[in-house]
Amino acid sequence: LAPWVPVVGLEIHAQISSNSKLFSGSQVQFAAPPNSLVSFFDASLPGTLPVLNRRCVEAAVMTGLALNCSINKKSLFDRKHYFYADLPAGYQITQQRVPIAVNGCLSYSLCIDSKMSQMVTKTVRIKQIQLEQDSGKSLHDDTRSQTLVDLNRAGVGLMEVVMEPDMCCGEEAAAAVRELQLILQTLGSSQAVMAEGQLRVDANVSVHHPGEPYGVRTEVKNINSIRFLAKAIDYEIQRQIEELENGGTILNETRAFDSKLGCTVPMRDKEGKQDYRFMPEPNLPPLILYDTKSLPANMNHQQVINIDWIHERLPDLPSVKRKKLVEKYGILPEHSFTLLNEDGLAEFFESVVKRTQMKPKKVIGWILNDLLSYLKQHSLTVKESPVSSFLLGDLLNLLEKKEISSTAAKQVFAELWKGEGKTPLEIVKEQKLGLLQDQKELEQICQAVIDGQENEVIMMMLG
Amino acid sequence: MRALLLGRWLRAGPGPPRPESRNGGNGGHRGNGGHRGNGGNGGHGPLRKVSVEVLDHLEHLALVDFRDSEGVERLHKAIQFADQLHEVNTDGVEPMDSVLEDRCLYLREDDVTEGNCTKELLENAREKVEEYFVAPPGNIPLPKLEERETFLQGS
Repeated sequence: LAPWVPVVGLEIHAQISSNSKLFSGSQVQFAAPPNSLVSFFDASLPGTLPVLNRRCVEAAVMTGLALNCSINKKSLFDRKHYFYADLPAGYQITQQRVPIAVNGCLSYSLCIDSKMSQMVTKTVRIKQIQLEQDSGKSLHDDTRSQTLVDLNRAGVGLMEVVMEPDMCCGEEAAAAVRELQLILQTLGSSQAVMAEGQLRVDANVSVHHPGEPYGVRTEVKNINSIRFLAKAIDYEIQRQIEELENGGTILNETRAFDSKLGCTVPMRDKEGKQDYRFMPEPNLPPLILYDTKSLPANMNHQQVINIDWIHERLPDLPSVKRKKLVEKYGILPEHSFTLLNEDGLAEFFESVVKRTQMKPKKVIGWILNDLLSYLKQHSLTVKESPVSSFLLGDLLNLLEKKEISSTAAKQVFAELWKGEGKTPLEIVKEQKLGLLQDQKELEQICQAVIDGQENEVIMMMLG
Repeated sequence: MRALLLGRWLRAGPGPPRPESRNGGNGGHRGNGGHRGNGGNGGHGPLRKVSVEVLDHLEHLALVDFRDSEGVERLHKAIQFADQLHEVNTDGVEPMDSVLEDRCLYLREDDVTEGNCTKELLENAREKVEEYFVAPPGNIPLPKLEERETFLQGS
């Protein structure tokens, strides 16, 4: 039986983190009263025009630079036409011909085995990043056969990141998206929370035999978490293989992932192949970006976006942060991944290291094994931890100075977890967990024990 | 300022929509730069007919109704008028897609200046439910050619 090569590409929409929308001054906010964050332009009332938000352009440039893209100094806006109730204009303004950034790459890491002891680095090519409008939200009311439309989200700025089909399974796609999410959050260009719809991922999946041309691909939508992304892709790969091995064919269709059933199902047929009738957006001139060399002398600086200026101010990306952690503290690369994977954990770790004499290589064990497992068990974030970095630092100091044993330290930790406001020292005193340091006192105790067991002592001395 | 040759075919008011004479597929690009420089017909070029399939496709896409043979005729004449553009030799000239190409794209500061006008926006809505607009469930596609009462069937 010839092996199957699965091919996975991704289209990711990240909502730009900005105060107002891409082309209008209405507010960007999750969960507000319906249609309260809608301007006349967003509702597509006649006579309104798009006005580009500077912050959205900067967010896209930052993201393009972080993903090693070439930034197009001249990019264009287009209209993509289709009819839907939550798209009042009947078209979406996007960048189809010349997007703002092209030809980048993203590196991500995978664990080879389940013990997280060996990591391998992979890259995926970024085809392009384009600016575009989000649509409104439709709530389907099947009982009354109607759709309720809320335009609060209509017009919010999106960055569409297109990843080339360089991935081969759900795990790779999930790892790539996770890394992209961390990068976006570090840059601040998007908060990228999937549960709030700030990061939406569509997967393109196909299979073929090695040496043969690529198979027909399907598009999988409606994926609400990174975990489901991996599941959906792996299911679809299996489904296609089984279909083909049974002599069937794959349709070039759009399928939705059903998280309850764990499978993909065909979406409603949208009247055959879509023809979006792309045309240049007539109300927007080309978007021109500058660098230090091409900076025009007499322009109002509020009207100028300097790519080099933005590049100089990029924060350390996750990959750089991990490297620095490994170099500074001597921890393992796998540890640095876990530290960055939990919001606030790296800062917590560094704070503990500062407070204690214990070596970072030992501290990391407490962070990753004890603290993290407690947090996970109780479904808490680092910020919600009842044990602060100060308390943990004090506890580790007691351990380091050998005032308590490691078993006792675990007990104290469990007590601290209750969050009753006691310090480690107080708990040690209360539960009498302190190791005796006084030599004389130890001798007295030992002597008392020996005195109390005369027979055993004689037996021992006789051999 | 470029001067436009106004042919006899110019009508006041909006004419029928201009179709792409190629059947654009998914994500069809607006490729052109077509240089058929050897035209020289002065608006009397061959009348290119548009097939029934394309007309039906257009009616689906743009939800227009060509209504009768006169509407289709007007479409053909509009195409013929526009085809005059091919008479211009555009070898080595970058296509222009906007007369705004030399203008500066104004960048707005990221401040909240609009919104909060729910009542006004819903005033014109025929139906509303608790401040939501009401729409039919999903798109209702135009019925297929065979099932519609349109003169296109006879063509």
